[in-house]
Amino acid sequence: MALPLKTRFFFSETGDIARFTGRFFSHGIKPRYEITEFFRQCFIIGYKSLPLVSLTGFIIGLVLTMQLRPALMDYGVESQLPGMVGIAIVREIGPMLTALIFAGKIGSSIGAELGSMKVTEQIDAMEVSGTNPFKYLVVTRVVAATLMLPVLVVISDCIALYGSYLGVNIHSVTSFHLFFDQVFHRLAFGDVIPSISKTFFFGFAIGVIGCYKGYTSSKGTEGVGSAANAAVVVSSVLVFIIDLIAVQITDILGLN
Amino acid sequence: MIAEENISNKTIQQELGKPVITISNLCKSFVTNHVLKDFNLSLHKGENVVVLGRSGSGKSVLIKCIIGLLNPDKGTIEMFGKNIPELDHEELDRIRVKVGFLFQSNALYDSMTVKENLEFPLRRHWFETTQQKVDEMVMEALENVGLTHTINMMPEELSGGMRKRIALARTLILKPEIILYDEPTTGLDPITGKEISELMVEVQKKYQTSSLIISHDMNCVRLTADKIVVLIDGKCYAQGTFVELKKTQDPRVKQFFE
Repeated sequence: MALPLKTRFFFSETGDIARFTGRFFSHGIKPRYEITEFFRQCFIIGYKSLPLVSLTGFIIGLVLTMQLRPALMDYGVESQLPGMVGIAIVREIGPMLTALIFAGKIGSSIGAELGSMKVTEQIDAMEVSGTNPFKYLVVTRVVAATLMLPVLVVISDCIALYGSYLGVNIHSVTSFHLFFDQVFHRLAFGDVIPSISKTFFFGFAIGVIGCYKGYTSSKGTEGVGSAANAAVVVSSVLVFIIDLIAVQITDILGLN
Repeated sequence: MIAEENISNKTIQQELGKPVITISNLCKSFVTNHVLKDFNLSLHKGENVVVLGRSGSGKSVLIKCIIGLLNPDKGTIEMFGKNIPELDHEELDRIRVKVGFLFQSNALYDSMTVKENLEFPLRRHWFETTQQKVDEMVMEALENVGLTHTINMMPEELSGGMRKRIALARTLILKPEIILYDEPTTGLDPITGKEISELMVEVQKKYQTSSLIISHDMNCVRLTADKIVVLIDGKCYAQGTFVELKKTQDPRVKQFFE
């Protein structure tokens, strides 16, 4: 019995993404290394995402604190607020929120850029000029996304905690030193390392999916739009799946 | 004028030159669509060969097989003594440096200025070239196409004809021995198309390149062709000079010249 068309498409697409990822490793390890283009991509992917990631981090820290405060007051544990917010932000909200923002901004941008290059034959032009477009366009972007997302997550976490500190100070007065002392008192090795480690995988998934969708796009300008859209949707879903797997692994390793 | 000189030079060039591209029994299909069927062609040194055919006849597929963007199902494409379909990526890149390719869509990198577009191939292959030398080569390429003033412009700021000229300048910058043109005058008005065709002939004379031109624009064909190969039903249906083919009574060839 033949599988339904959508199921076949799913498996075919999954296989293609797996092959594309394999190609990334086979091209990525061989010289020549595109160092200049890699740093340019780090600037675009990392530095230029900083304002958006910082703003969302700040808002989520502030809002989370203001939302949690009444519930904790009901139980008379308002003093636990910095520690709870700290754990929530560092372990889950910071990495996930930053990764989703990153998928929206960078995944769509990579998908649209490479898709546009594909349909206007710029990738072919690069290839016929004797440049390996996969190495130049894909490897540099995927590596930059993999390395820049953890950096953005750390910065976003810090800004979110600062937002939380301001949130606490709206209704009461807590010193900066006391607030962060309580936050770091509650945080442990098992909170920080797994949460930062998983962001490398988030970044890798977002980079690979963005590049795959753009690099294999077709059907003209409509294909470019579809590539950008699919890059965001698929990479966002993958971020959730990786997060789920990461939680299971940290649980097995006893880091929770 | 250029066309007459070109036609008068053709016999000498063909006699002197040796084949730089030899295509034998080339076949390429897409599922059930058999685009090329035992296609044969040879391009000699210093020669301009035009492949003439209707839209969808497989001209672009042919040129993409030659440069290695598509793999043929069967047949050989010998270029610089190597069979292109058998080469690995590194070997193919070494061959590609000696071959210029002008895309129908120009394929200028739209995130780069004109200067950066021209510098890109140089930076990739001529690592030890100084910035001064790079600047000189960029200016020389722009002078060849008469567009030195566009050096800092973005591709989106250029007209269709200017983009074509810049694309040609980028093709020329590595001083290729062979240039492949994919419908170089498509989408241009007749005057600009004629200017581009004349430029192609000038370039061929100046750099002694061999050119394979894919076209169905008869003005371009008349101005540039030393030899015309008519591609019909995936095969080399007829070949000859412009004058020879214009006199033919075969209705399938004649329709192009009417």
